[in-house]
Amino acid sequence: MAAPEVDGRSWFPVLALGVSLLKCLFISAYHSTDFEVHRNWLAITHSLPVSRWYYENTSEWTLDYPPLFAWFEFGLSHVAQHFDRNMLLVENLNYASPSTVLFQRLSVIFTDVVFIYAARECCRCVQEQKGSRDVLNRPSFVLAVLLLWNFGLLVVDHIHFQYNGFLFGFLLLSVAKHLQSRHLQGALLFSVLLNLKHIYLYVAPAYGTYLLRSYCFTQDNKDGSVRWRSFSPLRLLALGGIVASACALSFGPFIVMGQLPQVLSRLFPFKRGLCHAYWAPNIWALYNVLDKCLATLGVRLKLLDETELPRASMTGGLVQEFQHSVLPSVSPSVTLVCTLLSILPAAASIWRRPRGARGFLRCLLLCALGSFMFGWHVHEKAVLIAILPLSILAVESREDAGIFLVLTTTGHYSLFPLLFTPAELPIKVVLMLMFTVYSFTALRKLYSGQGSLLHPPEVVYLLGLVAVAIACEVVFPLSPWRQKLPFLPLLATSVYCSVGVCYSFLRLYVSLLRQGEKPKQP
Amino acid sequence: MTYTGNVNRFHNCLNELIFVNRLFLLSEANFLPVKVMQTWSLVSICVLLGVVVRWGVSLNSYSGAGKAPMFGDYEAQRHWQEVTYNLPLQDWYFNTTDNDLNYWGLDYPPLTAYHSWICAYVAKMINPEWVELHKSRGYESPAHKLFMRATVLVADLLIYIPAVVLYCLYLIDASSKKKVSILFCFLLYPGLILIDYGHFQYNGVSQGFALWGVLALGLGWDVLGSMAFCLALNYKQMELYHALPFFCYLLGKCVKLGLMGRGLFLLVRIAVTVLVTFALCWLPFLSDPNWALQVVRRIFPVARGLFEDKVANTWCSLNILIKIRSILSRDSQLYLSFAFTLLAVLPSALRLLTKPTFWQFKLALANSSLAFFLFSYQVHEKSILLAALPVCLLLNDLPLMVIWFLQASTFSMLPLFLKDGLLVPYVVTSLAFLFFSIYLLSALEHCSEDELRLGAYHKLFFCLPKMDLAHIVRWKFYISIAAMAGLSIVSAALVPPPHLPDLFPVLVSATAFLHFLGTFIYLNIVQFSGPPSRRSQKKNN
Repeated sequence: MAAPEVDGRSWFPVLALGVSLLKCLFISAYHSTDFEVHRNWLAITHSLPVSRWYYENTSEWTLDYPPLFAWFEFGLSHVAQHFDRNMLLVENLNYASPSTVLFQRLSVIFTDVVFIYAARECCRCVQEQKGSRDVLNRPSFVLAVLLLWNFGLLVVDHIHFQYNGFLFGFLLLSVAKHLQSRHLQGALLFSVLLNLKHIYLYVAPAYGTYLLRSYCFTQDNKDGSVRWRSFSPLRLLALGGIVASACALSFGPFIVMGQLPQVLSRLFPFKRGLCHAYWAPNIWALYNVLDKCLATLGVRLKLLDETELPRASMTGGLVQEFQHSVLPSVSPSVTLVCTLLSILPAAASIWRRPRGARGFLRCLLLCALGSFMFGWHVHEKAVLIAILPLSILAVESREDAGIFLVLTTTGHYSLFPLLFTPAELPIKVVLMLMFTVYSFTALRKLYSGQGSLLHPPEVVYLLGLVAVAIACEVVFPLSPWRQKLPFLPLLATSVYCSVGVCYSFLRLYVSLLRQGEKPKQP
Repeated sequence: MTYTGNVNRFHNCLNELIFVNRLFLLSEANFLPVKVMQTWSLVSICVLLGVVVRWGVSLNSYSGAGKAPMFGDYEAQRHWQEVTYNLPLQDWYFNTTDNDLNYWGLDYPPLTAYHSWICAYVAKMINPEWVELHKSRGYESPAHKLFMRATVLVADLLIYIPAVVLYCLYLIDASSKKKVSILFCFLLYPGLILIDYGHFQYNGVSQGFALWGVLALGLGWDVLGSMAFCLALNYKQMELYHALPFFCYLLGKCVKLGLMGRGLFLLVRIAVTVLVTFALCWLPFLSDPNWALQVVRRIFPVARGLFEDKVANTWCSLNILIKIRSILSRDSQLYLSFAFTLLAVLPSALRLLTKPTFWQFKLALANSSLAFFLFSYQVHEKSILLAALPVCLLLNDLPLMVIWFLQASTFSMLPLFLKDGLLVPYVVTSLAFLFFSIYLLSALEHCSEDELRLGAYHKLFFCLPKMDLAHIVRWKFYISIAAMAGLSIVSAALVPPPHLPDLFPVLVSATAFLHFLGTFIYLNIVQFSGPPSRRSQKKNN
């Protein structure tokens, strides 16, 4: 047995190199409009002065990430000019020469180094189980595979095209720093991350609560509650300084130029609808479907008049503004309140009884999932914010492993509609199978002898996913409904998956609150 | 392995199958031992990874894309679908008004034609334009490319990949993890992937049938094995490279069993199987001897010359120094190459005949196909794949040498890949293969004299100064890999000087030729030294 005997960390670079090479094979695969988005940003940051960055609107894909990301694109554009200067012209809309594609794809693959480094740091934090075990069954090895070979990241970044790997690198690195009790570094990384992509504001409550409670208060009472006297203003000052300086570096120039309102209006476009074109598998998908069912039922029972109902409510998302017919329509403020309400108990729980960095991680997960469940205009890709950190917990506790399996399988499957081109169908199916087979068998092996990870209803639900997949990807395109109801598969996918995501959310909550009741964790 | 050894192995295999079955039954009671579970999952992950890599490569360009009027092998395969679908069977191989043999005429044996015919039916169902007679010539579209790529994948999934999996699981003496590692490397061999999924051909089918033949012989199912090999031969005539070892192995085995008793019985059974298989494949063409003769004439085109393009074989390399093609007449070229091929094949074939063990069989397969590649008439650069298959079978026994050869074989096709626009997949798959095979099989640690099977020769030539063979081999390996990498970079990046337009292809083929010749000599030496000692085998595992 050659390979497994090669001990130490030497397997880690192998896994990383393997996945990097695999990513290179997808260079000529389909890429979405996000490719053009990022090309446009390269062009804007390269050819325009800073003062014009957030005003430029030649392309419909205006710059809507925070300034630090714009600077990141600015840096990339200096490499890009050696590949093809024409991609850096703002007027060259939809420009995709072979060298542009090569550069953009390679830029994603190379910036993933941050993610690889972060994954390595996370693997170091994992508690190794005692006894000499085969490398393949070590928690750190399993975690490395679950992170590096994550199906969602591969598909979203390297086929669909985005820079999530780079961004998640910062998130995981900051989580790892917290696990290693290097709170200031963790806070710095997170504030940098916030200035790269503001979607991570969703998990900011977890950071805020945790840092305030466990870093600024240096001591606990005997029962685990906060000891108010132990507050350290110095620590708070340090934290505040770090966060403020990161934001100042990023937004400072725009504040000086008096462009802050313009920048913020680009960052938070509330003009979009409740749901994205393809409904993310969350509460609102269920809400929409319930509304539609009630409307149909009402028409059948002659309780409602068909002509009075808003038209075209079920074009499945082509129309961004969604009009509910029976249930009250949802406004952004309602979603905000719902999100905050869903996050509150988790934050309160780690405030009352912090359970170290792992409690923080659980709270972070709940924030991510809560905002995914209730947020306004959520993208299906956002489920990765929960899946990736959950991998860390999954290799450490059996219960979390069960939740992980349900959440990743449904969450990953809900990414299927992202790749709709027939040429990429085999890739997404095979990659998904690969990841799922691995995560099931590896976690099962990890907890062998401790009973099964999934309850029978969960198994049935996950098997149902196979049926949905076959129906949507194979049967439906051949059936006559294809013309009449083109969005039916998307609807079925998001509704079926939202059940699984809701379930995982509830289970995670239960596990957090149950731990909170226990007097003290050893 | 003797006959009884094979029978034993077959019984073990059956027992294992029964065992696995029983385990699956037990699994319903949630009692599945985790160990089996894990091997199973690792195997499926390897296969899935192999599929993903194949499909990833297939997203790239193919041979002759957009290059009217002749296009490339992709158009040849599409054209065969068009011809077989629209014309009556007896016209397939004849030049008629509807079948211009100068435009990619069918020149493979009947099974290929039947395969094209089946594909054509599917194509017709999806889009009739794809196979319309005459009008579809040079048809190209993304949907059609997807269809063609899918046919390759389906054929691979049905024939080649299962054969590789079964070979690695049942015919390799190693721990289950080592088996999986070898399976992984075997499936990831870049040459075959790049030719089938990039350039576009169906080598997986013929190689898969040949591998099924090897597998069956290894398990002791001689009759089934010879049938599978006949199918391979009837899919692609180039499988003749492997024919002699199959023949010698089976004959040797019969002789060993006693030509008067059980051996004769076995011989007759095999002969009947071969005849019946051939007859079935050729059935539609047998009603008129002319038809069959025309097929044979198409399959063996003697008129095409000693070699084409730049091939890494002896004749082309010799051509740098002596212009053979202008000195010798075509007939004498034919005889010369025939004589040399025979001379090169004979030692290993005779050795196999006298010692028909599975180990000798694997080596003879590699030696014979290499001999044919190096010395025979009308060799294509892609024919090195035929040598690569049996060399892959030796991955467990001689890891470093095998990896080295496989890398060289991929490299030898570099000019072809550059022409087809497959540079990125070539670089990626080669790097991946080289790195993973060396890491997983720890090839660089296993190159002592004993592990290279050269111990016996050192004793023979005791006068040689004592050297650290492992050290020398390792350094040679590094230098050769560096040379290949350098030549790859140069060919991809630089423009050759105007008076030497073929400089880089010639350099590539000459370098590859040296590697092939070296491997050929080395494998012959190994074949004539003793069988693998149990001790070193154990140590390997």
